[in-house]
Amino acid sequence: MSIFVCVKQVPDTETKIKINADQTGIDSSSVKWILNPYDEFAVEEALLKKQALGAEKVFALTVGPARCIEALRTALAMGADEAIHVQTELEFDSLYTASILASAIKKFGPATTVFAGKLSIDGNNSSVGPQLAEALSIPHTSVVSKLEVRDNKIVVEREIEAGSKEIVELPMLSVITANKGLNTPRFVSLPGIMKAKKKPIHTLNISDLGLAASSNETLYKEFALPPEKPLVKMLLNDSAIQELVKLLREEAKVI
Amino acid sequence: MSILIYLEATKGKLKSSSLELLTAATKTGLEISTVSLGDQNLDITGLKDFGVLKHFEFKDDKLKTYNPEIFAKALTSLIQEIKAEIILGSSSSTTKDLFPTVAAQICASFVSDGTQLIWEQNRFAVKKPMYAGKCFCKVEFSKDRPQMILMRPNQMPVVKSTPVATELISKSLPVSDFKTKVLEIVKGTSEKLDLTEANIIVSGGRGLQKADNFKLLEDLASTLGATVGASRAVTDAGWVSHSMQVGQTGKTVAPSLYIAVGISGAVQHLAGMSDSKVIVAINKDPEAPIFKKATYGIVGDALEILPLLNAEFKKLLNS
Repeated sequence: MSIFVCVKQVPDTETKIKINADQTGIDSSSVKWILNPYDEFAVEEALLKKQALGAEKVFALTVGPARCIEALRTALAMGADEAIHVQTELEFDSLYTASILASAIKKFGPATTVFAGKLSIDGNNSSVGPQLAEALSIPHTSVVSKLEVRDNKIVVEREIEAGSKEIVELPMLSVITANKGLNTPRFVSLPGIMKAKKKPIHTLNISDLGLAASSNETLYKEFALPPEKPLVKMLLNDSAIQELVKLLREEAKVI
Repeated sequence: MSILIYLEATKGKLKSSSLELLTAATKTGLEISTVSLGDQNLDITGLKDFGVLKHFEFKDDKLKTYNPEIFAKALTSLIQEIKAEIILGSSSSTTKDLFPTVAAQICASFVSDGTQLIWEQNRFAVKKPMYAGKCFCKVEFSKDRPQMILMRPNQMPVVKSTPVATELISKSLPVSDFKTKVLEIVKGTSEKLDLTEANIIVSGGRGLQKADNFKLLEDLASTLGATVGASRAVTDAGWVSHSMQVGQTGKTVAPSLYIAVGISGAVQHLAGMSDSKVIVAINKDPEAPIFKKATYGIVGDALEILPLLNAEFKKLLNS
């Protein structure tokens, strides 16, 4: 029995984004890639709850091009036991990504529990987690900031609106998406990195999972940088506060 | 072809984000239906002004709190029954979970965080920010599938159209076994709109010097009807709850007015708020990066400026 943690490689927040020539995406040549921050919480929780969830192994898995192996290595260096890389240069919509992940989990399962980040910071869709649960026909809960294993059930705290929280009970075999606050992800240590080099990474193609490399049903195009913002208006004189309030009403018309 | 709008309300009153969606729907010329799940005593009299012909209402005690299994079952059954091909919602903690789940159940295309709806070839295309607002793109959908779209609140106008007669239709929950149980709801202290839906946000950072000084921010927020946010530095320091954090590992917000007080503007913070329409920055350090994103800037001590600013707003809003 294993825990599966779905991860994604995303551009670092600090990276400057450039658009590619045909505006179909970003110019990935100069991008610094990282493990999606929310996925770190997911990996950490899997490691912390491995025993409580009755798992022998923690698998990290991802779907994406060759470079994504680095995100898997980060998860392995944190302490995951094995990794699965469904390698493809194609881009898929969330529904198809979820079905690929589900097939990989079935191939390497059985699973005790499945974790993912609450969203990836590139597209912000927060869709793969719930859709993966549907593809596996298991329940899910998202945006989880606390998790306990009680009598073969998972009890989680999840954030809802305006600081309110919902306490939810689910079977162990569920998809849980992680929010900040769930834990403090460990720093990757040098011995961790050395150990990770010896851990198995299973690389496979979509066809190995018995799936077709379906054409993308959702097309992302016409990428463009946001329009330049006009320079900030600095209010420097003694009546700056009065001036600000006046500008917000008369010029910006927001109050 | 018909369009279904998922409505949300607070205290029985429709959220303005729902009215934005209705306004966009009236421009398509399609038959408009709406649905609400679990909102007790929702006042639907206003729907007639937005071309809504049918409103479907699920009333069941099981829908009082959000449970993905139960909500998804209800929404999926309705979409299939009325054969809705376009389903619109506004991003909220409920819909961000519910919509992708239902999209998987009905095999629909799904996109979240839209900022603009474009009606072309009997379909919506969506403009949305990518990479934390560092760029934008247009998302187009397959014609062979239903489309489910979540829009960010406060992005589109609200305009009434010619009144119609809205038929109210009560639905009952499909019978099923549910594995997910909501044990309890722990109420937050705030009665305010969630950060992601607020039209005005006043946010504080380390420049407020200590937790107690957030009171000044709360005073300003109550004058403006705003929601209070915070930078990561101060949520990590435990001054305020993590649920108030704006930025990379907090909430992504895009209000009409964002007032950043004593926040220097780290990339991670900017990633969560740079799409705000008007940004006011108040900071001691004239070199703070927040000023590069701001519309208006004041250099000075947050603790001195906040009470004066609050008084000035009060004067304006009470006049």
